[in-house]
Amino acid sequence: MLENIRLSFQGIWSHKMRSFLTMLGIIIGIASIISIVSTIKGTNEQIKENLIGAGNNNVKIQLYQGEGTYWMDSGIPNGVYQLSDEQKQEILDLDEVENASFYQERTYADGIAYGSTNLEGGNVMGIDQNYLSTCGYQIYQGRMFIDSDFEQMRKVVLLDDTAAQAMFQEEEPLGKVIEIRNEPFTVVGVVKKSDSFQPVIQSMEDYNTYSQTSYATVFLPNTCWPIIYQFDEPENAVVMAKTTEDMSAVGKKAAEIMNQSITNTTDSLSYKAEDLLEKAKSLQDLSQSTNSQLIWIASISLLVGGIGVMNIMLVSVTERTSEIGLKKAIGARKRRILAQFLTEAAVLTSIGGLIGVLAGIVMAQVISRMSKTPVAISVPSIILSVAFSMVIGIVFGLLPSVKAANLNPIDALRRE
Amino acid sequence: MILQMSGICKDYLQGKMTVPVLRDIDFSMEEGEYVAIMGPSGSGKTTLMNIVGCLDQATSGTFFLDGEDISKCSDNRMSDIRLKKIGFVFQNFQLLPRQSALDNVALPLCYAGIAKKERRERAAAALERVGLGDRMEFKPNQLSGGQKQRVAIARAMVNRPRILLADEPTGALDSRSGEQVMKLFESLHSEGVSILMITHDAGIASHAERIVEIRDGRLNNREVETE
Repeated sequence: MLENIRLSFQGIWSHKMRSFLTMLGIIIGIASIISIVSTIKGTNEQIKENLIGAGNNNVKIQLYQGEGTYWMDSGIPNGVYQLSDEQKQEILDLDEVENASFYQERTYADGIAYGSTNLEGGNVMGIDQNYLSTCGYQIYQGRMFIDSDFEQMRKVVLLDDTAAQAMFQEEEPLGKVIEIRNEPFTVVGVVKKSDSFQPVIQSMEDYNTYSQTSYATVFLPNTCWPIIYQFDEPENAVVMAKTTEDMSAVGKKAAEIMNQSITNTTDSLSYKAEDLLEKAKSLQDLSQSTNSQLIWIASISLLVGGIGVMNIMLVSVTERTSEIGLKKAIGARKRRILAQFLTEAAVLTSIGGLIGVLAGIVMAQVISRMSKTPVAISVPSIILSVAFSMVIGIVFGLLPSVKAANLNPIDALRRE
Repeated sequence: MILQMSGICKDYLQGKMTVPVLRDIDFSMEEGEYVAIMGPSGSGKTTLMNIVGCLDQATSGTFFLDGEDISKCSDNRMSDIRLKKIGFVFQNFQLLPRQSALDNVALPLCYAGIAKKERRERAAAALERVGLGDRMEFKPNQLSGGQKQRVAIARAMVNRPRILLADEPTGALDSRSGEQVMKLFESLHSEGVSILMITHDAGIASHAERIVEIRDGRLNNREVETE
């Protein structure tokens, strides 16, 4: 077998030009498949990343009324209470949960100002000590909240970088006092998402799908929440799943735990997880279905390539009639001749497949540069492509190989 | 008795006509004999050679090679007999052009499933035996005609066959190289190798112990004293 492979390489090498032209069909076919698959995979990863964020695996569980999130400005809903410590612990103890945090939030909060500069459309969040680490925030300036901030209900705030930029521009925010609904709060720090993750937005459609995270946000200790909003409001949760794949499951489980304490059955109030993974999947499916048609079209060129291989192998059998005759005369069985030619066809197409993979990767990179879509090289598809081209060699090499094996050694030797 | 044929006939179909090529051949050879079959072209000597070499089956008659009834053999069995019991030497050498002399000689050993190291050793020994120990890595196109034929003989002998079949072994050689090949045959013969040679050249045939003439598909078992 090894001997056959070595001989095949020798044979292929001695007809470089012909072998290359024979492989060309396979090369083009495999290259197009690889580049299509890479583009699909790249696009899919981008969709997922855009929606989920790189590496944080955060699932938000928010209070919904019907299909929309509950608008806390309209008052605390009846029958929905703050989560008990047991409920929080139960969520933290879930197998798939890395970390979890519970927070109060007002979106489009009004009355946030530094001097005469208002922060329009910002968020205010009352957070516990887990929030910043769960959501991947890091301190950028100043300090984090410390235990005594919570215990003594210090009127301190952290700003995210967007909020800091909006209210202070070039000014130093640390130590300055801002107002939230007329209550003074001291800025002790500026935080930033630890990864510089930004969704890639290329179209209006992308913008509508992805631009959800970039509101300016002011964080304060959750113990201070009633200072501004009078009540300890029911919390939302954000959970960090251990893996991206766990996100859907974790979201559902956590929502279930949180719903246990809701006693209101008339207003269709419930906690629901924002299922980003699901959303990503449906977006991915959309791009996948168009692209899988492309793969079928590319496969046609593999078929054409296979026929080319068969053609050349037939020529090669005719050319090497006397070699085959001699081999049979000195005692090679049919199967050996068959194996020799099959190996040659398989080696030829496998090399073609390998070159095709390389060409496909290059092509994918070029496409990525030109159309600014990301690519991700998929290792299984590479292995599959090479294996598939080997199979093409065996399938299309079969007819010529059988022909060679069945040559009559006398006729074969007589031919010069 | 290394080979024994009786009543061998071979017909070829030419269109709708059956053309008899060999008619009722009786022929046998003792172990260690050196026999030449001589005849003009078209006399059927190559067909006879093909049957003796298990490349072809007779239409009728019985043929025992080394005690085995060849007419009942399957295709694979015939391959194995060719591999183990028969060494072929062809007029036009039939070496693989892209392989070195050593690889050419080692080819039958490869089919016999012998390990690579032993293959190389035995092939090298066979090349030494034919006086080409210094040409092992040469490709056929780097060798002279006589050298090529000696490589072919080394290949034929490397599996230690029961019989060496030579079809016009000097046909493509000048007389001096031809003479060398004949000397090699004689020395193999003196070591006890059975040789069956086919030629149309009486001078070449005269090297054999016994000459059998074939004409129009019939053998004339005339004993010819040589030398």
